[in-house]
Amino acid sequence: MAAITANLYAQHDRAALLESRQATREAPWVKYTILGVALTFFAVFLLLPLAVVFAEALAKGWETYLDALVEPDALSAVKLTLLAAVISVPLNLVFGVAAAWAITRFDFRGKQLLITLIDLPFSVSPVVAGLIYVLVFSSHGWIGPWLLEHDIKVIFAVPGIVLATVFVTVPFVARELIPLLQAQGREEEEAAVVLGARGWQVFWHVTLPNVRWALLYGVILSNARAMGEFGAVSVVSGHIRGETNTLPLHVEILYNEYQFAAAFAVASLLALLALVTLAVKSWIEWRAAQAHD
Amino acid sequence: MTKAPTLPRVLPGFGLSLGFTLTYLSLVVLIPLAAVFIRASSLSLEAFWDAVTAPRVLASYRLSFGMALLAAAINTVFGLLLAWSLVRYRFPGKKLVDALVDLPFALPTAVAGIALTALYAGNGWLGQYLEPLGIKVAFGPLGVLVALVFIGLPFVVRTVQPVLEDLETELEEAATSLGAHRWQTFRHVILPVLQPALMTGFALAFARAVGEYGSVIFIAGNIPMVSEITPLMIISKLEQYDYAGATAIASVMLVASFLLLLAINGLQAWQARRNGRSE
Repeated sequence: MAAITANLYAQHDRAALLESRQATREAPWVKYTILGVALTFFAVFLLLPLAVVFAEALAKGWETYLDALVEPDALSAVKLTLLAAVISVPLNLVFGVAAAWAITRFDFRGKQLLITLIDLPFSVSPVVAGLIYVLVFSSHGWIGPWLLEHDIKVIFAVPGIVLATVFVTVPFVARELIPLLQAQGREEEEAAVVLGARGWQVFWHVTLPNVRWALLYGVILSNARAMGEFGAVSVVSGHIRGETNTLPLHVEILYNEYQFAAAFAVASLLALLALVTLAVKSWIEWRAAQAHD
Repeated sequence: MTKAPTLPRVLPGFGLSLGFTLTYLSLVVLIPLAAVFIRASSLSLEAFWDAVTAPRVLASYRLSFGMALLAAAINTVFGLLLAWSLVRYRFPGKKLVDALVDLPFALPTAVAGIALTALYAGNGWLGQYLEPLGIKVAFGPLGVLVALVFIGLPFVVRTVQPVLEDLETELEEAATSLGAHRWQTFRHVILPVLQPALMTGFALAFARAVGEYGSVIFIAGNIPMVSEITPLMIISKLEQYDYAGATAIASVMLVASFLLLLAINGLQAWQARRNGRSE
C-alpha cells in the first residue's frame, strides 16, 4: 500500500492526489472560495505592482524609455551597481563556504551563537546597516580623522557603498549551505581523507559537487540583494550624481524630480533583474529535485 | 577508570575556516555594530532618553511597530491561504504563481516603493477607485501598511508551504473516518501541526517590516507625527548631522532586532522539535 502511494506521488502532482481523496479535500465551494481569495490577494499585492512598473516605464513611448537608460548618469549607476555586486558576492561566497565548513564539519563551543550572528544582517534595518559604517568611517567617526589625514574617502564615496552592500549580503550563501552540509553528514569527506586525499582535493571533488546547486542559489539571491539594496547604500552614498549613485538610488532621484517615465524605465531594468533571478531560482529548484529523484 | 578516547579530527581546515569566519564576521558585522552601542553610551542618560522619547520619535515607533504587527497578521492569514492553494489544489498558472511569490525578495525595495505609490495614488490603477470611497492609501499610514504587506508576503508562504507538503495524509484520513467534519479536521488536526510554522512566518515578516525603509518612504508621505517610520527618523537626524540622536534611535531598533532574532531562533527550534517528533 505504501509503495503504491509513493508511486502515485511520484507519477502525479501531489495536489491531484489530495484533491481526489474524500479525506483530504474540501467541498467545492470552500475550495473555490479559498483559491479565489488567495489568487486575488496574489494578483493585487504581487502582479499589479510588477505590471505597473512596465506600464509606467513605457507610458511615454519607447524613445523616452531608451533615452532614460542610455543617459550618462544612468550608465554610471549601472557601472557602480555592477561593481558593488562583483566585489560583495565573491567575498560572501568565500565567507559562506568557510563558515559552513567550520560549522558543519567540526564541533566547538558557541556554534549556535555563531549561526545566530551570521543571520544578524538580515534582522538589522538597512538604515542602521548604513549608519554603522558612518559611525566608523565618517569624519566624525572612529577612524575618520586618520582616513582624512591619508586622503582616503569611504563615506559618500564608492568604498562605503561596497561595504554597505557586503554587510547586507553576508548571510545568503552561508544560510543555504549550512543546512545542506549538515544533512549530508561528514562520512564521505572522512572516507576521502582516510583514502589519502588532501584538504583541497576533498573540498573540490567530494564537497563541492554535492552542494553546487545550493551554492548557485545563494549566489543569485545575494546578487539580487546586492544590486537592489537601497536603504543601507542610501545612508553612505551622499547621492552624488554620476559618482556615487547605484541604480536604486538613481531611481529615487529621478522619481523625486518628477521624471516618472525615466524613473520607471530604470526601475524596469531592476524588475527584469528580479524576474531573471526568480527564473534561475526556479530552474535550480527543478534541477535539484531531478538530481534528488 | 579509563576516559572515553576523544576522536581525532579527521577533516582538515578547522583553524583556517573558523579563523577566517570569525575575523570576517568581526570586521564586517560585529565591530561596526558595536560602534552603535559605544557611541550611544557616550551620551548622557538624559540626552539619550530625550532622543529616544521625543514625541515625533514615539509616534514613529507606534507607526513602525503597529503597522508591522498588522501587516504580519494580514500576511499570516493570506499567506496560509496561498500556501494551502499551492499545495492542495491544481489550477492553471500554478508554477508561475509559486515562482512569483518570492518577488518581494528579489525586487529592489525602491522599485516596489514607487510601483505601489503609482498604483495607490489618486490617479493610479487602484487609487482612482479607492479615493472616491474615502479610502486614502498613498501618502498616509495605510500606504505604510500596504508596503509592509508586500515585503512580508513570502515569509509566511515559504515557512508554511514545506510543512503542509510533509503533512501525513493518514492523520486527516483517521480524523475523517472517526467522523470529524472537514472544518473540525482542519481546526484540531492540521492547524496544530502548522502552528509553529505560522508563528515563525509571522515573526520573520514582523522583523523584516519593522526595519523596512525603501518600499515605505515613497508611499508613506512622511508626514511628521502621522506617517514617519522609525528608520526615517534615523535618516533625518543624520541629515541634520545629529549623529548622537541617530545613534540613540538606532540602538533602540538594534535591541528590538536582537530580541526578535532570539524569538525567531526559539520558534525555529520549537518547529524542528515538532517535526522531529511527528516523524
